[in-house]
Amino acid sequence: MLDLRESVIALSYIVAAVLFIFGLKRLSSPATARSGNRVAAIGMALALGVTLLDRQIVSFWTIAIGTLIGAAIGVYFARTVQMTAMPQMVALFNGMGGATAALVSVAEFLRLTRAGEAIGSGEATSIVLGTAIGAISFTGSIVAFGKLQEILPGRPLQFPLQRLINALILLSVLALGAFVVVGGGGSPPLWMLFAAALMLGAMFVLPIGGGDMPVVISILNSLTGLAAALTGFVLHNQMLVVAGVLVGASGTLLTLLMSKAMNRSVGNVLFGAFGAAASDATATASAVGRTVRQTTAEDTAIALAYARSVVIVPGYGLAVAEAQHTVRELATDLEKRGVDVKYAIHPVAGRMPGHMNVLLAEANVPYDQLLEMDQVNGEFPQTDVVLVVGANDVVNPAARDDPSSPIYGMPILDVDRARNVIVLKRSMGHGFAGIDNALFYNDNTRMLFGDARQSLTQIGQALKNV
Amino acid sequence: MSQELILGIYVFIMAIFVGFEVISRVPSVLHTPLMSGTNAIHGIVVLGAFLVAGSADTPLLHVLGFIAVVFGAANVFGGFVVTDRMLEMFKKRETVAPKAEAEKKDA
Repeated sequence: MLDLRESVIALSYIVAAVLFIFGLKRLSSPATARSGNRVAAIGMALALGVTLLDRQIVSFWTIAIGTLIGAAIGVYFARTVQMTAMPQMVALFNGMGGATAALVSVAEFLRLTRAGEAIGSGEATSIVLGTAIGAISFTGSIVAFGKLQEILPGRPLQFPLQRLINALILLSVLALGAFVVVGGGGSPPLWMLFAAALMLGAMFVLPIGGGDMPVVISILNSLTGLAAALTGFVLHNQMLVVAGVLVGASGTLLTLLMSKAMNRSVGNVLFGAFGAAASDATATASAVGRTVRQTTAEDTAIALAYARSVVIVPGYGLAVAEAQHTVRELATDLEKRGVDVKYAIHPVAGRMPGHMNVLLAEANVPYDQLLEMDQVNGEFPQTDVVLVVGANDVVNPAARDDPSSPIYGMPILDVDRARNVIVLKRSMGHGFAGIDNALFYNDNTRMLFGDARQSLTQIGQALKNV
Repeated sequence: MSQELILGIYVFIMAIFVGFEVISRVPSVLHTPLMSGTNAIHGIVVLGAFLVAGSADTPLLHVLGFIAVVFGAANVFGGFVVTDRMLEMFKKRETVAPKAEAEKKDA
């Protein structure tokens, strides 16, 4: 039987689990989402508060100091981070959660072996998996952070025998895990497993290119959730299992959505090293003998001013140029002239799921103006001008029309069906997939070269004189 | 296998169904806040770190517990704050329009 104190703790955990679920439920609409996040935060405060009542805790100093330091770091970054840097922020927090799960699993193993308690095979399996998955998620997230922050090169990093080496590390993780579960050797094998899993996490993200980050971040998110759930098994805490699984489900769903939006399997993203392979194959294939038509900011302003409907297609280039406010100002000016302006968001535009939506929300674009691919694709034939700002592969008609293209089959925004397309682009460089974009050579496409924000500012100024 | 493990597996499987049911209703507009919000939720592992740090009786366990608490707390606090900051920005057209009109009048 549980005594009063233990009962209060256990019941509070149930309430916390329910609050997490309610909080996530309220994320089903932007209108209720903010309160949902707060409901989840209340659940978190409750769960952490009652944990302090646990009799196992005899000293509060480490907890108090650690929490203060961690909270200060977390809140500082959360308040100061630029919205364009959100993907790396999420990767970083994700890595921290993974590290916590791994450290807790290891520490629990040490505690149990020191106390001389027999560790059952179920418990040992949870410890091994919690350590391994948490560690993989930690270093994987750190490498993803490095790529997104451009500390590490964003292109796939490959070296000879990479797959063989990764396979060997994976095998050693599995072997060490099995060794721990059957109860051999005490803690050294678990430390070795921890180290091997840390290596594996870094190695599995290194060969993945920047444009595949939406998938990678989602996978890492689901891995950390899984690691948290496994920690729940280790600590016999069902609430931790529920919370971890909720996160795991979210990460898994997003992973599937993202890879579907790229028409690639998860395995292909992880092991394909896409950008590298594709660029050698097709870089020279289609550019021969075709020219693009350039335009000026003045002509673009005229085209936009006399349009009835304009659709803006943002991509990663918008984030790089931090042009979200400029594009919104231009859209507002156009709306004042009676032009109907909408935004078309491809699921994998940017570096994480929903990246563009957050940027445009920051620039005060109302969310009912942001259209998903399926909503907007039928409207392009009636659209007068499409303004592509820093997007490339997601508007490449080759994905629809050219079976030999490496991105063939990927769902795209059918901007080429609009009456006019104006592409804002830094240069004729290739998109992430490293392939030529057939859109740029169409008769109804005009290119406006330059930094996206500068170009948009020039268009905005020119618009005043139209 | 212990009874406790079986119970844990039950909870695990039921939570998968609840999770998929709830998460599949989140619109793609909110996928970034969803990700950072769930990110904060998995920071709940910090309670495991509390238990480790609070009951540590060797220097090694103290160090492990401390690092875990710092990471976990950063994850939890940072995650919820950044999600709140993001969600604050999502506004509907109706709530924006009157403001714009008011600004016009001022001008």
